[in-house]
Amino acid sequence: MSVLVDDDTRVVVQGITGGEGRFHTGQMVDYGTNVVAGAVPGKGGQAVEGVPVYDTVRGAAREENADAAVVFVPPAFAGDALFEALDSPVDLVVAITEGIPQQDMAAVYRKLRETDTHLVGPNCPGVITPGEAKLGILPGDIFSPGNVGFVSRSGTLTYQVVDNLTKRGLGQTTAVGIGGDPIIGTDFVDALRLFEADEDTEAIVMCGEIGGEDEEEAANFIASEMDTPVAAFIAGRTAPPGKRMGHAGAIVSGSGTGTAESKITALNNAGVPVGDTPEEVADHVEELL
Amino acid sequence: MKLHEYQAKGVFADAGIPTPPSELASTAEEAVAAADRIGYPVAVKAQVQVGGRGKAGGIEIVADAEQAREAADSILGMELKGLHVDRVLVEGAVDFEDELYLGVTMDRGERQPVAMVSTRGGVNIEEVAAEEPEAIAREHVDPAFGLHPYQARRAAFDAGVDRDVATDVAGVLRTLYSLWDDNDATDAEINPLMVTADRELVAADAVMNVDDDALFRHPDLAEMEEESAAGDDIESTAEGYGFDYVRLDGNVGIIGNGAGLVMATLDLVDHYGGAPANFLDIGGGAKAERVANALDVVFSDPNVDAVVFNIFGGITRGDEVAKGINEAIAAFEELPKPVVVRLAGTNAEEGMEILDTDQLEVEATLEDAVKRAVERAAEVSA
Repeated sequence: MSVLVDDDTRVVVQGITGGEGRFHTGQMVDYGTNVVAGAVPGKGGQAVEGVPVYDTVRGAAREENADAAVVFVPPAFAGDALFEALDSPVDLVVAITEGIPQQDMAAVYRKLRETDTHLVGPNCPGVITPGEAKLGILPGDIFSPGNVGFVSRSGTLTYQVVDNLTKRGLGQTTAVGIGGDPIIGTDFVDALRLFEADEDTEAIVMCGEIGGEDEEEAANFIASEMDTPVAAFIAGRTAPPGKRMGHAGAIVSGSGTGTAESKITALNNAGVPVGDTPEEVADHVEELL
Repeated sequence: MKLHEYQAKGVFADAGIPTPPSELASTAEEAVAAADRIGYPVAVKAQVQVGGRGKAGGIEIVADAEQAREAADSILGMELKGLHVDRVLVEGAVDFEDELYLGVTMDRGERQPVAMVSTRGGVNIEEVAAEEPEAIAREHVDPAFGLHPYQARRAAFDAGVDRDVATDVAGVLRTLYSLWDDNDATDAEINPLMVTADRELVAADAVMNVDDDALFRHPDLAEMEEESAAGDDIESTAEGYGFDYVRLDGNVGIIGNGAGLVMATLDLVDHYGGAPANFLDIGGGAKAERVANALDVVFSDPNVDAVVFNIFGGITRGDEVAKGINEAIAAFEELPKPVVVRLAGTNAEEGMEILDTDQLEVEATLEDAVKRAVERAAEVSA
């Protein structure tokens, strides 16, 4: 079992003919992902890595029964690409693109509310169910199949913590990179709800960071609705207020909301152990299992 | 991107929001000449992008030319929260009865815009927001429709704005939302919106922050950014190289890839008793040129005593990253400061084997690399 993706997922790659799209399509195919189509306006009829390209996502969904889209479209056009995916429709959209204007994402989110589609991202590394499929840019070989669910706002920090888990023999059911932007589709609560419902997920790691209040909301959800144990890591304890730490969403506001301290306190109060270091997170997972 | 007050006021005035007459001045002479043209009293206001300018002495109200000269002399050249003041805005002072607050921003929790009105405008609005959130009327906005007229009126009435000006305030709020939307702003605020004795409305301050990711479709605003670019030299160098960089006040320089991992590295430096000197996200891969540029930025900070360089390769192979690092440091006869490197991910072990250990110190884990860098920084500073 897993969440969001498995070896039955049929993937269409939007932006498959661009540099990133082409390279990562090859990586996804090599991993065993069922990439059935690409979609790029004006490039219909071509093939990339043996994958047929269509002009529209709807064409790809119709002809190849694609049910998930991965988006590598450049930021200026990505908002439109996300609307196209939501209108095609597919069950899952994974948006890798970094730097989508915030107001474009507010419009996309407004549309998303009217659908049953899961949107992961934008500005995220993607979703992987080890041994079955990966949708995105995650390095497949640091993951291994197992019973730990993983959800994170950050890319390379995900790799760091997952690497620690894998080296200790703590494999993963699915890892979901939800992205570092202020407006994202699937948030911590959505991902936790999926893992809670997954029979094979016996413990969950969530990696948060400064900015916003999603970790605090996750803490409330864990305390009130979850049985599966959760361990956490929060990046940005030493970040000064008012400075954006790389991610558009990683900022402690001038009025003091979004601090690491507030998130760690909320999680601890919900019974979630928070590691001081990535290694400590793996220690906590071993204790929880 | 933050606009200066005078830039934001220009945008607001163009959209039809009433603002006081004003002129920009960079010398005391220019300030007096401007004040003479506008007519006294005037406000002399430092043009730096920090909040709380008034409390910090960056705004003075003056009644005649002599006072205007003194005020301009003292404000020009002053440091406000670390920023040098090289221009003042000379502006007709407004005789007011009430100070309102109007704002539009993105509500992250709700993932939609929110328009706000309060009758508690003025210097303490952040305290009001924190301590009495109910004193600010809020209307969430469906981005497909924009701020409806009834919502703008409801915000004004709910906030307790006097009935005789409430409709006008609602009009200003709708204009503020439109310009927030049209300019891809992340925040647009008027604080205070003054209600004069004649029951007219005047925007006495203007704040607008624009989404950096949307500047590509606002060439006019991007030009303003060039005009207002200034500040820390190291920060502008880093920006020029295309790095996400934040300067801090410790002595352990930090270079890494990916915002979350770099933040976690900062936290680890602190955890092991060190103090981070900066946040520097080198981005994807680690080509020789980018590595060299990142080292250039961090070495140029005189506070840095040692550097930790942490790359999680991911898709980029560790041996390629190592080659990039070797190539970058080959340009140095001797590295000016100790550099501790840690590589992880695909082919990391092969990468670490080929790193130039005459110049670099290599550690296998993040924790060990950070510990070593903290120790080396302590030795150098001792």
